[in-house]
Amino acid sequence: MQALTPAAAAIELRGIDKSFGVVHAVRGVSLRIEPGTITGIVGENGAGKSTLMSILYGLYRADAGEIRVGGQPVEMASPRDAIAHGIGMVHQHFMLIDTFTVLENMVLGAEGGLLLAGGLAAARAELARLARDYGLSVDPDARVADLSVGEQQRVEILKVLFRGARILILDEPSAVLTPQETDRLFDILRTLKDRGVTVILITHKLREIMAVTDRVHVMRQGRIVAERRTRDTGSEELAELMVGRKVRLDLDKVPSRRGEILLRTEHLSLVDDRGVRLLDDVGIELRAGEIVGIAGVTGNGQSELLQVLAGIRAPSDGRLTVCGHVVDADHPGNPAEMRALGLAHVPEDRLRQGMVAAFQASETSILGYQDGPPFTRHYLLDGPAVGAHCAELMERFDVRPRSPGLRSSHFSGGNQQKLVLAREIARRPKVLLVGQPTRGVDIGAIEFIHRELVKARDAGCAVLVVSVELDEILSLADRILVMFAGRIVGEVEPGRADERTLGLMMAGAEAA
Amino acid sequence: MKVRRRSLPGPLPIWAEIVLLPLVNIALAFIIVGVIVAIIGVDPFHALRLLVVGAVGSSESIGYTLYYATNFTFTGLAVAVAFHAGLFNIGGEGQAYIGGLGCGLAVLALDRWLPAWLLVPIAIAAAALFGAAWAAVPAWLQAWRGSHIVITTIMFNFVASALMVYLMVNVLIAPGSMTPQSRTFAPSGRIPAMHDVLQAVGIAVAPSALNLSIVLALACCVAVWVFLWHTPWGYALRTMGHNPEAAVYAGTNLRRMTMVAMCLSGALAGFVGVNELMGVHHRIVLDFPAGYGFAGIAVALMGRSHPLGIVLAALLFGALQQGGAELAFEIPSITREMVVVIQGLIILFSGALAHLPRPWLQALLVRRA
Repeated sequence: MQALTPAAAAIELRGIDKSFGVVHAVRGVSLRIEPGTITGIVGENGAGKSTLMSILYGLYRADAGEIRVGGQPVEMASPRDAIAHGIGMVHQHFMLIDTFTVLENMVLGAEGGLLLAGGLAAARAELARLARDYGLSVDPDARVADLSVGEQQRVEILKVLFRGARILILDEPSAVLTPQETDRLFDILRTLKDRGVTVILITHKLREIMAVTDRVHVMRQGRIVAERRTRDTGSEELAELMVGRKVRLDLDKVPSRRGEILLRTEHLSLVDDRGVRLLDDVGIELRAGEIVGIAGVTGNGQSELLQVLAGIRAPSDGRLTVCGHVVDADHPGNPAEMRALGLAHVPEDRLRQGMVAAFQASETSILGYQDGPPFTRHYLLDGPAVGAHCAELMERFDVRPRSPGLRSSHFSGGNQQKLVLAREIARRPKVLLVGQPTRGVDIGAIEFIHRELVKARDAGCAVLVVSVELDEILSLADRILVMFAGRIVGEVEPGRADERTLGLMMAGAEAA
Repeated sequence: MKVRRRSLPGPLPIWAEIVLLPLVNIALAFIIVGVIVAIIGVDPFHALRLLVVGAVGSSESIGYTLYYATNFTFTGLAVAVAFHAGLFNIGGEGQAYIGGLGCGLAVLALDRWLPAWLLVPIAIAAAALFGAAWAAVPAWLQAWRGSHIVITTIMFNFVASALMVYLMVNVLIAPGSMTPQSRTFAPSGRIPAMHDVLQAVGIAVAPSALNLSIVLALACCVAVWVFLWHTPWGYALRTMGHNPEAAVYAGTNLRRMTMVAMCLSGALAGFVGVNELMGVHHRIVLDFPAGYGFAGIAVALMGRSHPLGIVLAALLFGALQQGGAELAFEIPSITREMVVVIQGLIILFSGALAHLPRPWLQALLVRRA
């Protein structure tokens, strides 16, 4: 496939193999990453890319295979080894302490001596050098909590470089960024590349692969199925390689037939204990047979909006009408009552809210519906009925493996999401709230989940989708609302919206 | 190409998890105990033989072992139910004490008028009610005021103890008695001893403290199992214990569920009073919970909070209690305190260090094909 290169590869993996119990996550993967390049690794969730990178970073040990860094075989027993060999990882979820300054975060784990002052002074000098060399400027004395998400990510990258990394692994780095911030991140990655740093980018977003990488490796079912030079390939081909069949990235749907208003909020506000306004005068209407998308950068009130609509939190002010039932500060709803009214809720964070990791899949498949028939008869849970229900959901929504008895945590993210979605849609709700429908879900499942949501809409369900993925909002929604700082700052027809205008609105630049 | 292969730490098979791991833990504890016993100049094998014979060597010792196990089952179940709800009930001691007060008061009030078949169920219900009420206060403080349940249940043990001393010395003491204990219960307020019951059907066994409360303990095991795994309330309770956010999402009222879990827990602990007062002492006495409430924590831990495991752990603790008493009696250099050390080591190894042998067992059992 490739001629022998004289220079040693930055990283070479040979025959890496890893199983978790019966799951064969990585199967004999060999790959070479050249120094001073940006290499993308794409694949569906559960394709093994995160596992592979965790092995490279010393978080897991491979069952078999060899890792070479700069031509030398090395033993990666822990992240400490990886750092010693100049490999650094920027995680999807930031590992920063909010109340510390940038500088204090920088020296965490590398304090340098008994007294902090010496280490801090040295770190300050080093930080200035890094900022100069790589164009990564961050105020060292700023508190992390006061920084924007994009800046926090820059701190993470600096932290890794500070520990002497020459090889940088980024795991889904753009998940929390606006399109503008993502562009800035890519500028940084290009600068790093010019300075000789090797960058490995794990992502499922093909647009990003096309924008910034030199080479791309495609993983499927634990194997590298293709390696391409980025300029020789395109999104369609990569998507097909990832899924193993043709996929349609665009969604075909008939225009919506809007019916009666099923959910309406008027002047809805939510103020937390510290007096922070999380929701500010939100007024939305949701009609039968339409999908309304809520776009926004994480943390601008979307989560709280979902919680209030689902009855988990009571509004501080204003009112909410669901299928004719009114909820306000004096008459707070609760999730069970909302469910009885015909409202279903696929929560944003399925692991923390939508399922119980330690429960069997069949137990998770009735969460929220456990009281009353068909699952409870004569005060007892009907085990066989619950199992049969779960098996049916798994069949209909193609949840794999089809094992109702398996612990919920043993399913991949996409399959967990399909199970939760199946549970909520199977009840034929009148109103369906969906938070981050495809977070951590692979392309094949995204296609499926989107189709199911459109199907529910066509059946007359009022669907509200909250997502940080603009592509998703643009392809799914019949109407798009943009949230910023707890307010609805604009409404856009998807036909007339593009990522740029939405991005500006999401950043609070202007209200359209 | 160089290929390295390492054993993979997968999960243990279920039988190893439930049976082998606890057995290995106990064996480790016994090895340490043996060393300590040898240091004080006693042949450890001789001591072990005495311990085993003392626990299961005669129908009398088996009776006592089962009688102790009855108490450990009640308190173990009490801790387990709270634990499944994510609550740590350290107050079994006090709940058992007040539960005993409940059944004692019911018997003292009614034993002259009601027959046994009516009075015994009423007294058992009173034990449950009083135990639950004593757990309800810390539960309420946790659910509405955010006071940590570990702290409040511990404090309630002291309150229960002080309250009982006051009541026994000043209110419930039998007229003319020098010791702080109530009058003797009439026969209708007693739970029949096992040796009497067996004699009635023609089986002769030596008298012991074992009484029909053990049937109540086994019934509680089945009831707890059904409740936790086969009712929607048990389902909601376990959801809260594993993931409170998911429980809120599912529509469970966490405050109410905290109350339910703690009241059930307190009721189960309260049954210790039934075994002790109605089954053995036949009067209200001081200090009958004697540490069963605390030992229940170890029993639940060792039994992995499952009724079946709790029965097995309770049997072990019962055997240790009984065998240990015999041991202290037979060998003067092994004191009562020494027996407590032995129990402590077993609790240490099966509770705090429960997962110590896990990596070895995994390396041994979980070989990759």
